[in-house]
Amino acid sequence: MNKKQKMVLVRIIITAVLLVALNLLPIEGIAAMALYLAAYLIIGYDILRKAGKGIINGRVFDENFLMAVATIGAVALAIIEKSGDFNEAVFVMLFYQIGELFQSYAVGKSRRSITALMDIRPDYANIEVDGKLEQVDPDEVETGSVIVVQPGEKVPIDGVVIEGSSTINTSALTGESLPRDIAAGEEIISGCINMTGVLRIRTTKAFGESTVSKILELVENSGSRKSRSEQFISRFARVYTPIVCYSALALAILPPLIRFVFLDLGGDWASWIYRALAFLIVSCPCALVISIPLSFFAGLGGASREGVLVKGSNFLEALAQTKTIVFDKTGTLTQGVFEVSGIHHCPIENKKLIEYAALAECASSHPISKSLQRAYGAEPDRSRVSDIEEISGNGVTATVDGHRIAAGNDRLMAQLGIEHTPCRSVGTIVHVAIDGKYSGHIVISDVVKPTSKQAITELKKAGIEKTVMLTGDAKSVADKVAADLGVDEVHSQLLPADKVNEVERLLCENTGKAKLAFVGDGINDAPVLSRADIGIAMGAMGSDAAIEAADVVLMDDDPMKISKAIRISRKCIRIVYENIVFALGVKFACLLLVALGAADMGAAIFADVGVMVIAVLNAMRALRAS
Amino acid sequence: MKKTYKIEVDCANCANLMEEAAGKTEGVASAVVNFMAQKMTVEFAEGADVNAVMQKVVKNCKKVEDDCEIYL
Repeated sequence: MNKKQKMVLVRIIITAVLLVALNLLPIEGIAAMALYLAAYLIIGYDILRKAGKGIINGRVFDENFLMAVATIGAVALAIIEKSGDFNEAVFVMLFYQIGELFQSYAVGKSRRSITALMDIRPDYANIEVDGKLEQVDPDEVETGSVIVVQPGEKVPIDGVVIEGSSTINTSALTGESLPRDIAAGEEIISGCINMTGVLRIRTTKAFGESTVSKILELVENSGSRKSRSEQFISRFARVYTPIVCYSALALAILPPLIRFVFLDLGGDWASWIYRALAFLIVSCPCALVISIPLSFFAGLGGASREGVLVKGSNFLEALAQTKTIVFDKTGTLTQGVFEVSGIHHCPIENKKLIEYAALAECASSHPISKSLQRAYGAEPDRSRVSDIEEISGNGVTATVDGHRIAAGNDRLMAQLGIEHTPCRSVGTIVHVAIDGKYSGHIVISDVVKPTSKQAITELKKAGIEKTVMLTGDAKSVADKVAADLGVDEVHSQLLPADKVNEVERLLCENTGKAKLAFVGDGINDAPVLSRADIGIAMGAMGSDAAIEAADVVLMDDDPMKISKAIRISRKCIRIVYENIVFALGVKFACLLLVALGAADMGAAIFADVGVMVIAVLNAMRALRAS
Repeated sequence: MKKTYKIEVDCANCANLMEEAAGKTEGVASAVVNFMAQKMTVEFAEGADVNAVMQKVVKNCKKVEDDCEIYL
C-alpha cells in the first residue's frame, strides 16, 4: 500500500468508528448533526473537492460529481424530511471509498505483478577498473568496452564473450526454460541471466541499441496501439455518463410528476429522488474501464513471458481472429541452413567425394559451398588446391592433389561434355567429376525444422482454416516440403515482389473479420510483413529490422510459438468479452433494480465493487498462457 | 523528439483523460499514457521548449485529474 492508500484507510477507519458510535450512543439534535457532518467531510472531502474542480474546469460528468450529487442529495433529503438520518450519506461515501481503495490496491498489485514479469531491465554493468569491479549505469558503457557479468547477474548489453564459459538462462527473452551453454567467441544478447561462470564480454552495441532496450521499448509502447475493444470502452464511457445523469434526472422528476398530474396520487418525491441518487451511484463504469485494459495488459504480459512479443493490444485482437496463415519457407519452416542430405552413384568413398568437392569449392562463399565445407568438417588445406576457375551459376573446376575436379550442376557437366546421372532427390544437386570421369553427385537440401509439422497440426487444431507457404525456391523442393508438413497451398519460384502480390490476393479472399498473418524470419520479407494484417517475425533475437517491421515478434525460431501466440490471444479476447458482458450485465441489472426501488444504495455499491473485483481477478487469468 | 516520464495515476479512466489533456497541449505532437507501466511518452513538436511544454502538460493534466503526478 502506498502513502495515499494508507491515508484513505485511516479515514475509512475513523469514519467507520464515528458511524458506529453515532448509532450506538444516545447523541441527539445539533450535536449529532455536527458529528455526522464531520464524518461525512472526513470521508468525502476529497471527492467534493474534485467534483468542485471538475465543474470549474468544465468537466461535469465524472464519478466524483456523481458521488457528490448523490450524497449531498441524501443529506438534503434527511434535512427536508427532518429524519435526522444522515447515515445514508456517510455510509455511501464510506462504501465508495472502500471500493476505490480496494480497486486501486488490486489494480496496483496486478499491475506490479505483470510488470515484474516483464522486468528485464538491467540496473547496472560491471566494469573492471584497476583490478576491481565497479558498477556503472549501462547507459554509460561505450561500445567496445569490456564488461564483467558474474553468476546470477543479467547481461546488460549485447556483445561477444571474450573470456569464460557459462550457462545462460534466456527464459526472460524467449520463454525457453532450457539453459544454454555459452563460451568465448560466441555472441551474447542482453537480458539473459548468467548462471554459472564469470563472463567477460566485449560490448558490440550501446545500451540503447541492445536487445533488452529494444524489447522494453516495444513492450512499453504497446499501450499506444489500442484495440477496438478498448476504443469501444473509452467511447462508451464518454456517452454513458451523461446518459446516466439525464436518466437519473428523469427518474427523479417524471414518475412523481406523472403520479401527481395524471394519477392524482401523492408525488412521493422523496422516494423517487432517493432512487435517482442510488441510480447515479451504481452507474460508475469503473469495472469496465479498468478491467479491459488490464485484461489486455495481462495478455501481453503472459505472451511476452512465453517469448512472444506483441506490439499492441490491437494486434492481440487481430491474432485471435486469424484464419489464414502464410509462411515463408526458408528460415521459417525450414532451418535455412543447407546440409548435405545424400551422396549418390559414387564409385569412390563418399568422404573422399565430399573432400574433393569441398576443396574445389573452398574459395567460394556461396551457401552451397559453405554446406560442403561443413560436411567436410575440417578447415580446407588450400595449398592442395590450384587453378580454381569459377563458372558463374554453374560450378567450379579446380586441381586438387593433381586431379582435375569439376563440381557443379547439370549445365557444367554438359558444358564439359561429361555424361552424368540425373538425380530424383529434391534439393540442389552438385555433380562431381574427377579427371573427366563422372563420380556421382551430392544432394544438398534445406532441413525442415523438427517442430514444423507439429506446428502446422497445432494451428489446424487451433482453428486456422488455411495455411499457405510462399517461397522463392524451386517447385519440386517447395512441393515436397509442403506435402511433408501438410500445408494446404504452396506457391513457389516467387520473387520478393511476387510474395507481396500473393499475400494481397489472399487478403482479398478473406471475408469479414477473418485476418491473415504472415510469418517470416524478417530477412527480405519486410514488405510482406507490413502488408499482411499481422506480420509475425521469428527468430528475431538481435535482429532490429525484424523487430521494426513486424507486429508480433517471436523471440526464438520455433514455429510452435505461433499456435501458442494464437491460443494466448484467443484466451485474452475471451476474457475481455467475458468482462464486458459481465460488467455491463450486472451494471444494467443494478440500474434496473435501483430504478424499481428493489435495491438501496448500499447494496448497489456492494454489487458495483464486487463486479469490479471479479473482473480484475478474471483479467489476471490472461497472464497465464496455455 | 520523444521523451518518457514516470507518472503516478490511480485509475485507468484518469490515465485516458491525462493522455487526452497532454495531447492537446501546445508544443506536444502526441502523447501516450501507459497506465500499466505508469509512463507517459511525449513527442514534442519541432522546436518546442521541452521544459516549458512539460510545465503546461502537468498543469493541463492536473486540471482533468487532480490526483496525478508527473515526475519531470
